[in-house]
Amino acid sequence: MPSTIKLWDFSGGIHPVENKQISTGRPIQSAGIPGQLVLPLQQHIGEPAEPIVAVGDVVLKGQKIADVSYGMSVPVHAPTSGVIERIGDYPVPHPSGMSDQCIVLKPDDKDEWCERFPISDYRTLERDQVLGIIHSAGISGMGGAGFPTDIKLKPPRDRKVDTLILNGAECEPYITADDMTMRERAGKVVAGLKIMAWILRPERCVIGIEDNKPEATAALRDAIQGTQIEIAVIPTKYPSGGEKQLIQILTGMEVPSGGIPADIGVMCQNVGTAVAVADAVFEGSPLISRVVTVTGGATDSPGNFEVLLGTPMAYLLEQAGLQQDRVSRLVLGGPMMGYTLNTTAVPVIKTSNCIIAATASELPAPPPEQACIRCGQCAEVCPMELLPQQLFWHSKAAEFEKAEHLNLFDCIECGACSYVCPSSIPLVQYYRYAKGEIRVQRAEQLKADRARERFEARQQRLEREQQEKELRRKERAKAAAEAQAQKKAEAEQSAASGEAVDERAAKSALVEQALARKKANSEASNAKAAPPPEAEQETPDLDALEKQFSQAQSKLETMQAMLEDAKAQQADNVDKLERAVAKNHDRVKRAEEALADARKTLAIHTEPQSIK
Amino acid sequence: MAFVQQSSPHAHKARPTSKVMLWVILAALPGLLTQTLFFGWGNLINVAWCIAIALASEAAVLKLRSKPIAFVLKDNTAAVTGLLLGLSLPQFAPWWVSAVAVISAIVIAKQLYGGLGSNPFNPAMVGYALVLISFPVAMTTNWAEPAMLWDKAPGFGDTLAAIASGQQTAVDGWTMATPLDEYKHKIATHTAEEVLVHPTFGDAFAKGWEWVNAAFLAGGLLLIGLRIITWHIPAAFLGALIVMSLAFGSNADEFAPLSLHLLAGGTMLGAFFIATDPVSAATSHQGKMIYGAGIGVLIYLIRSWGNYPDAVAFSVLLMNFAVPFIDHYTPPRTYGHHKARRGFFGGGRS
Repeated sequence: MPSTIKLWDFSGGIHPVENKQISTGRPIQSAGIPGQLVLPLQQHIGEPAEPIVAVGDVVLKGQKIADVSYGMSVPVHAPTSGVIERIGDYPVPHPSGMSDQCIVLKPDDKDEWCERFPISDYRTLERDQVLGIIHSAGISGMGGAGFPTDIKLKPPRDRKVDTLILNGAECEPYITADDMTMRERAGKVVAGLKIMAWILRPERCVIGIEDNKPEATAALRDAIQGTQIEIAVIPTKYPSGGEKQLIQILTGMEVPSGGIPADIGVMCQNVGTAVAVADAVFEGSPLISRVVTVTGGATDSPGNFEVLLGTPMAYLLEQAGLQQDRVSRLVLGGPMMGYTLNTTAVPVIKTSNCIIAATASELPAPPPEQACIRCGQCAEVCPMELLPQQLFWHSKAAEFEKAEHLNLFDCIECGACSYVCPSSIPLVQYYRYAKGEIRVQRAEQLKADRARERFEARQQRLEREQQEKELRRKERAKAAAEAQAQKKAEAEQSAASGEAVDERAAKSALVEQALARKKANSEASNAKAAPPPEAEQETPDLDALEKQFSQAQSKLETMQAMLEDAKAQQADNVDKLERAVAKNHDRVKRAEEALADARKTLAIHTEPQSIK
Repeated sequence: MAFVQQSSPHAHKARPTSKVMLWVILAALPGLLTQTLFFGWGNLINVAWCIAIALASEAAVLKLRSKPIAFVLKDNTAAVTGLLLGLSLPQFAPWWVSAVAVISAIVIAKQLYGGLGSNPFNPAMVGYALVLISFPVAMTTNWAEPAMLWDKAPGFGDTLAAIASGQQTAVDGWTMATPLDEYKHKIATHTAEEVLVHPTFGDAFAKGWEWVNAAFLAGGLLLIGLRIITWHIPAAFLGALIVMSLAFGSNADEFAPLSLHLLAGGTMLGAFFIATDPVSAATSHQGKMIYGAGIGVLIYLIRSWGNYPDAVAFSVLLMNFAVPFIDHYTPPRTYGHHKARRGFFGGGRS
């Protein structure tokens, strides 16, 4: 059946030498069990898993050894039975050559499975249950990015997936892992795709495959018999396997900038991911191994291997007959987008699809960078229709906002521009640099913004408090003025009624009364007090104390009068006077107490027997 | 074992700049041969002299700038500049005219701006315009009389001597006005038939010139076929020239006919070899079309109403000025965007 599916073209693209035949000569072989498995806790995009085993624990094949603790994550399982040897930092596959938390498993070579729960008919389950199976099987996208598959299969509620695409384009040179998987495991590929289709209920389900894979296409055609799945054979052109490009080829639609395919009702899944989903559901097996292409001129027996996750590259390369003296660079991934490794100690992880051990002549160092002649070849091949040379100028000149204006962040780093550049400018490297700088700037900007917000909020709070204080003060002043006015009115009234009483006199009269009361009280309490000690003190000078008391009293009266005046005039020294009055109150009180004490002592001295 | 550490992509299949330039030189050879065939040894000598001066002045500046001389000279761009000037200058242009043109092209227009890739103006055309304005007599009276090489009066030695002497009087007997010049200056007072009897027009429309232009056209098509240049600039350039000529120049008694515009003067050399200099041209396809069309329109305007019979150099330079502007307003629409981000920063985000 010839392909009658309507196809679109994407802009640009290149035709690099494929070199795929190097690794398609023999079927997928098992790489076996290495002496040690190093399992990074983060083999996916998101948050790392947390170990749930301890050093020395004996684990079975397929047993969960690290689980999701927070955020977007997937668990990690033991690829074979053995003992947990260590948990710590080891080199992991990363462009930076960094180390990260890994669980080291020492296989016991028994390869003993834990208990599994295969599902024969997933249709009897709820969709969420199947998503749960996919999640606990630790499946993340196996095409390269490693996005947790269960999360991807659950797009936001308002995003209905109309078209489910299985990406079998595998457009990068050298890599044949998906090709061989489709040839040999077409049944599983289709079974996995059907599970995903059952979860998503799309209107259309299509497998996109480049026309350089006739065997895989034939195998898939057999496997899709009796299903609604379509097979779209697309022209070989790099990067047709890029998610955005494949969507454009198969649907004619473009994923909006900054959006996800689900925004236009499309979802792409990888061939290897489909197989992993099928294994998880029908066999109950978690993701513990994957197909890896081991290729390059420095290998004697290149091919595809079924490799346990955590297998060190050194062991895997050995299986393919690595010639140590011929290898000049090790590329993890394809020659267009892969990154170089600086050690063979790193393990195979869920996203490792290919390792190239290249000789110096195979992937030679590019000639020295020359000046850009603005030839525009880069723009001709750019699949995102960017202006690579302008991006380059701006990145080089650190004019990042201009680069951003020209949609730097839409660059998928496919490398087509660098591939054709006649001046051999490492364009992609410049873009990565610019993106990194912009991200750092953004983070710093965010931090600065937050600091500024905090500062401004504090300033506002202080200002508000100041205003409130001011307001309270004014209210107090107003109340005092009213009281004064009232008092004045009363005074006038009393003056009118003939009681020509001086204010001070009235006051002193009041104070006199209060003192009298107090005196009476204190005398009464003194009378009831416990027997005083045999005081040997001098007879207090009652006259002096009384004088002191009356002086303090008159001073208080003067101060109070001044305060009243000041309040009436709204003068500035009201606060001061208030304090002075309070102080004088204390003084009066102290003098009064001293007087009282003196009288008491006197009483004891003069009538010692009176208490009896 | 230390493995090579490199940023992706690891595979490259580029045609290096040196090869691109070499192809440009090769594609210009048919034109040069045709020039030699119809106008004698002058162009060949000019080309050799200009390339030598170009390489020497580039090397001198590189030395002053402490740049690797051999590495840069090998990119062949200085040679192309020399070649283009050698192809454009009058056959009997005195040696010092060529030298001034080439030195100002390489030193001022190219290296003082930062060297290859940084020059806003087409270096060869800067040199050409400079000598055209500075030495108008030398630039208009030294065009060789068209005749087959074997019929030509001055042989290789005589031509070389005439150029080397730098004397105007040395070549008087062998020169003739160019067809565009002749037509431009006679048509005001004569009819088309009267003008066209001049021997410079020959039997067809521009003796020798039509073959030279045809040869540059063929070379240009080769460059397009090799994907060294795209069709946009030449097509827009020639298209605009044709449209202008059809719109304004239908009366042959008033303006030069279309055939003369296309096949006399530097039209094809300009369209395929000069205007397509990527460094000083617009970048996007749309921008290239505007840029090319602008040159075509300007050429027609200057040839018809300006003071100069030919106008490739001025038109290219004027459009070089406009390139940054054109580029800012003609970016392609990026995948996933509704529309292109035109303009500088105000252009609506999409």
